[in-house]
Amino acid sequence: MKVKTFKIMLFLFLAISIKAYSQQVKLLNIDQLNERVKQGQDSTYVVNFWATWCAPCIKELPHFEKLGLEHQSDKVVVLLVSVDFKSKLNSAVIPFVKRKKMQSEVFLLNESSPQDYIDRIDPSWSGSIPATLFIKKEKRKFIESELTYEQLLTEYKKL
Amino acid sequence: MKKYLSLMLLFSAFMMQAQAPTLKAGQAAPDFKLKNVDGKEISFASYPDAKGFIVVFTCNTCPYAIGYEQRIIDLDNKYRSKGYPVIAINPNDPEASKADTFDKMQALAKEKKYPFAYLFDPGQVVTDQYGAKRTPHLFIVSKSAKGTVVEYTGAIDNDPEGTKTDKTKFAESVIDALNSNQKPAITETKEIGCTVKRKAKA
Repeated sequence: MKVKTFKIMLFLFLAISIKAYSQQVKLLNIDQLNERVKQGQDSTYVVNFWATWCAPCIKELPHFEKLGLEHQSDKVVVLLVSVDFKSKLNSAVIPFVKRKKMQSEVFLLNESSPQDYIDRIDPSWSGSIPATLFIKKEKRKFIESELTYEQLLTEYKKL
Repeated sequence: MKKYLSLMLLFSAFMMQAQAPTLKAGQAAPDFKLKNVDGKEISFASYPDAKGFIVVFTCNTCPYAIGYEQRIIDLDNKYRSKGYPVIAINPNDPEASKADTFDKMQALAKEKKYPFAYLFDPGQVVTDQYGAKRTPHLFIVSKSAKGTVVEYTGAIDNDPEGTKTDKTKFAESVIDALNSNQKPAITETKEIGCTVKRKAKA
């Protein structure tokens, strides 16, 4: 009986932690982002920079989720990198990701100096969000504006 | 017909060019004539005694702009008497951002007792002349024999969250340098901010 209770408890614990895992938000710096992209040479990476306080970002996030889901078979990887303050990870970013049931990989940018990291993403970036970086092998395309699903799909297919 | 076609081309080129390049230090700072929240028109000539200007593109809505609001007021209070008043310009299209209408700008300026001009930019013309990309986006301009010149573009300081005790105050350093007849050490910085809101393209 006791063993059975334990098993149930264990199952519940695992179930809850797996659910939590699927919605976790990891910290990521630019080196880690570059490493992540380098590892998946055969994939296309669509890296969107957003924040929970940015209305146009929130509006376009579902387009990125849709792209990731509908083009899973072409090895597209959608990385949603939040530029929220690090202090907002638990109070804003994680609750947002859970509430929206986001499926893509979500990160919080772990960099402290925008002077350095903005240029490392793309020298043309002024720092406004939303902004999106497309990477396919050696090709990089950076867009500093809001995208409709059609625009996103067009840019993705152009790569 | 040909004329019509080239006009169309020009128009589409203009639409593509919505992302105007941001002015850099050393370039001429275009003058403007825009309506202030008090109904008066403001241009550089409205400040005959100024040595230059802190032109800041900011708005009612952006959390980064709200985070910097008090620091913009403080900048004006500190530097107006030193020859560098703040001129704030709202770069957002009021149809694309309903909380950035002229009425709402007036209400905010009144509520927060803005000591500086807060200007409406119809058609986002001045926004594009300066190539302002986000809010807040700051340009420090000085008057010279050759006219008004951009001295610095970028962030106010390196602390948008407002939690650092030892901030690097970019804007203040630039004006302090100019006021001691030196060239500013840093002339461009980057910072995260809200995109300038525009009407959806047809």
